Amino acid sequence: MSIEAVAKPTPVRRLGTFAKYAVLSLGVFLTLGPVVWTLITALTPTDPETETRQVGLGAFADVFDQIPIWLYFWNTVLVVVLVAAGQMLSAAMAGYVFARFEFRGKNLLFVLILATMMVPMQVTIVPVFILIRGMGLADTLLALIIPALPTAFGTFLMRQYFMGLPAELAEAAEIDGAGPWKTFFSVYLPLATPGLAIVGILAFNYHWNEFFRPLIMTISEENFTLPLGLVTLQGNLGTGSVSTVLAGVVISMIPAVLVFVFGQKPLREGLTAGAGK
Amino acid sequence: MSTTTATTTATTPATAAKRGGKAAPRSQKRGRLLIWVFLAPTLIGLGIFSFIPIIGSVVLAFFRWDIITPPQFVGVDNFVDLAANPTVRVSFFNTITFVIAAVIIQLAVALGLAILVQSRMPDWLRTFFRSSLFFPLILSAASVSLIMAYLFNQEFGLVNQFLNLFGIGNIGWLTTGFGAKVVVLFVYVWQNFGFTFLLFIGGVSAIPKEVYEASSIDGVTGWRQFRHVTLPLVSPTMLVASVMAIISALQIFDQPYVLTRGGPGNETRTAVMVIYESAFQQLEFGLASAVGIVLTLLIMLVTAVQFQLSKRYVFYG
Repeated sequence: MSIEAVAKPTPVRRLGTFAKYAVLSLGVFLTLGPVVWTLITALTPTDPETETRQVGLGAFADVFDQIPIWLYFWNTVLVVVLVAAGQMLSAAMAGYVFARFEFRGKNLLFVLILATMMVPMQVTIVPVFILIRGMGLADTLLALIIPALPTAFGTFLMRQYFMGLPAELAEAAEIDGAGPWKTFFSVYLPLATPGLAIVGILAFNYHWNEFFRPLIMTISEENFTLPLGLVTLQGNLGTGSVSTVLAGVVISMIPAVLVFVFGQKPLREGLTAGAGK
Repeated sequence: MSTTTATTTATTPATAAKRGGKAAPRSQKRGRLLIWVFLAPTLIGLGIFSFIPIIGSVVLAFFRWDIITPPQFVGVDNFVDLAANPTVRVSFFNTITFVIAAVIIQLAVALGLAILVQSRMPDWLRTFFRSSLFFPLILSAASVSLIMAYLFNQEFGLVNQFLNLFGIGNIGWLTTGFGAKVVVLFVYVWQNFGFTFLLFIGGVSAIPKEVYEASSIDGVTGWRQFRHVTLPLVSPTMLVASVMAIISALQIFDQPYVLTRGGPGNETRTAVMVIYESAFQQLEFGLASAVGIVLTLLIMLVTAVQFQLSKRYVFYG
């Protein structure tokens, strides 16, 4: 029974329903409108001879001609896949230990890990840059990958997840002769797949789109990731070839949209997981 | 300095492991090695790339360093400089006014839409509205800013073309101070309200239907129902959402960097842009760290104030 079901449909209530859908539709128009416009503009580049808009894939061909977009794409994939895999593994292992083992200093360590989330990445970027430079990793993709491998939030998330799994499974595994390592890898880790998916998808969403760290850590074009490459493309072209830049934007959106379509549930759960009370 | 920190974090766990031999179950004893092997990547990684940098920023804030010549201890000079520097001051002022405007709009829009989406409607329609409204969240802020820069372009942008229909002349959205501020605010909220919206959907759907039925029977409907029933019941979500929205808005960088590079003048320069520019363009690593410290203190202050306020205003049913 919802609110409307209690009252009879009156003209005022009908008007309310109409207003409700009108407001929501306006919201959808505002959020999807710019995306649809991007798609249309990328697919209708201006013909340089006739100066009219023609439907075609010319703008996409231009992107491939003007910037090494395959390289940017590959760089971004490499960073994102390695970071996501590294975060899933390290967070699962650390989260498992915090959920299932008792040892001295455990609570202090856990609080220290959570405390690192208080200081934003933009604030620690200067010392991180100096460290990376000292390690001889400046202007490499490793400068983007290595500092992103440990994850305080992922560790927290996986700890919560493992705490939700029954402790009896470990006892049963032990009776069957499984050691602590086997118990983790063949009993608990497979059961934690949904939690791992959340950590992986969040890592994907964040690092596929990140701009600040690549801007600072990479200098050579051959190490650019997509967002940085596209902003550079726009800077070089000025406002002349809107369709070309937007075609690049569309290409960079495709993997994000695929994750949105196929991983929406873990994405939503992951994004809001930090807000749990 | 940095080495000592690294050793402390590394040895404490090891000694703790040796001593922690009190009557633990057999499986626990056999898992000793596993504990530290499993913790190692996270502890070492966060130690090097979070703890050392946090301490490093605090230390660096008291030095003048251009990364080429040796660092020079300057006491609180960097903090004095940043307080006196008009660019730094205006960027903090911009950041704070931006945060206030962005958070208020974001919370209001997100709560309003969340209530509408959770009201009675067919499930497929609800899914459609919900997915479409939080879609911008998955895009990159850089790409979104590129798109919006074209839409708000003074000569050929769609926004001005639309306004022309009503006889409004071309507005210099990105070339006037006020216009640039409005666009940065719009682009940021456009992309980020989806997060707050998701939080409120959780909050609104947790309110029991009986509460609405009971209040409707008592004649409490419409605005009064929102004010006296919905609002108190979503107040815990409101607190979490506002803390998260403020912290994230304080760190704004991508949108003004791509849209305006902080201009015109310093009109859209933000605190994080000053960190970026003073460190990586002017090679003033000490000043950049000092700005970072002030920003972190601001974040901590906001969080503390909000939790104090919550004791008084938030209703935990």
